[in-house]
Amino acid sequence: MSSGSNQYKTIIYDGLWGNNVTFAQQLALCPLLAVTTTATNGLGMGLSTAAVMMLSNGAVSAARKLITPEIRIPAFIVLIAAIVTVADMLINAYMHDLYKVLGLFIPLIVTNCVVLGRTESFAFHNPVLPSMLDGLMMGLGFTWALTLMGACREIIGSGTLFAYASLLLGDAFKFLEMVIIHDYHGYLLMILPPGGFLMMGFLLAGKRLVDARLERAQSASLVQIQGHA
Amino acid sequence: MEAFLKKMQEYVGYHSVMLGLIGLAASVALAYSSVATAPAIAKVLADDKKASLAQVMPEKLHDNNLLSSSVDVSDAKMSSAPVKVYIARQGTNFSGAVFETSSSGYSGTIRLIMAVDGEGKILGVRVLAHTETPGLGDKIEVLRDPWITKFNGLSLNNPDEKGWHVKKDGGMFDQFSGATITPRAVVKAIKQGLDFFSAHRQELLTSTPAK
Repeated sequence: MSSGSNQYKTIIYDGLWGNNVTFAQQLALCPLLAVTTTATNGLGMGLSTAAVMMLSNGAVSAARKLITPEIRIPAFIVLIAAIVTVADMLINAYMHDLYKVLGLFIPLIVTNCVVLGRTESFAFHNPVLPSMLDGLMMGLGFTWALTLMGACREIIGSGTLFAYASLLLGDAFKFLEMVIIHDYHGYLLMILPPGGFLMMGFLLAGKRLVDARLERAQSASLVQIQGHA
Repeated sequence: MEAFLKKMQEYVGYHSVMLGLIGLAASVALAYSSVATAPAIAKVLADDKKASLAQVMPEKLHDNNLLSSSVDVSDAKMSSAPVKVYIARQGTNFSGAVFETSSSGYSGTIRLIMAVDGEGKILGVRVLAHTETPGLGDKIEVLRDPWITKFNGLSLNNPDEKGWHVKKDGGMFDQFSGATITPRAVVKAIKQGLDFFSAHRQELLTSTPAK
């Protein structure tokens, strides 16, 4: 483990790309396949997961000296479930319009293995600040993966992009809502779960291709990057 | 401090006490936020209810507060629990009844809210909740498709008994391409709601809900 600002750079790189939840760790596929029928849903699920991961990593890291390895799993689950439930109530009470869009996804976050995974593999061994950054970055990495999946499935499946984004983000984001293919009757397979698996396969192959390109192009500087990853 | 903690962690009891403390802390946080957010959540839920009632019951047809004017009607055909019927009034005149109806769709229950006037004519219907296939069955949501507004103005006699089916079953309502079960369930739920209203019409028209 490197130290100082280098450590933060590694956390950011790993979260967003190198050790990306979806495309590298291939975790949390259940919410991934379930909610990415539109880009808006993916974005909403991703952002709420990122917020929860940041808080749960912070909480676990703060209590890491008190929690013994023997009881870590139940302790983490209790902490995560409490944070998610409190967030659920707060969003319902004070950001109700957002809740109507995200309400379905928030309780699902508890079952997301990646939240537990990061508390166990990172927050349990690291101070609060890096842990929170790790949670946020892993969450944002998950967010872009979900949004990309959602966008691809939405364009092919129903010909639109970011449909109903203004319900999630407010009217200021109405410009995001686009009809990509006019008079399109939809390709249903992409919206149903099998389409999720198919798109996931294509995107994974895509990431491998990009990584292979990068490897070839940067063979000189590669040694340095791998030192951290 | 750290050394003390290390020593304590050697005892078996430490694990259970610590787990208990974490559970206690989580419970306190949950209980506190539940109490703190309860009034705000009750308010937004009431606003939601009001908004969904207003979607099917035009404002200009009544001047009373629907939320505070409801009666419970028992009907085994509708549901095992009594159905809450919101009575709309213009002055002292009955102008409509709003209630929920439901039926089983392709994957789970479809819940609808509908408003019916004194003559048994539909004033409006909206889907409150469903778990139908995205992209196929979700055309029953008014946001995605105006299909559900075609029920406005219809009643038990218009169309007749035979007409209250989707076209595939010999009725007058369009199904969606690729989805028949969902619209069939919606038609059934609405028909059931109309039957419910006609069975209890007298009772509802003369009811005096608490003001």
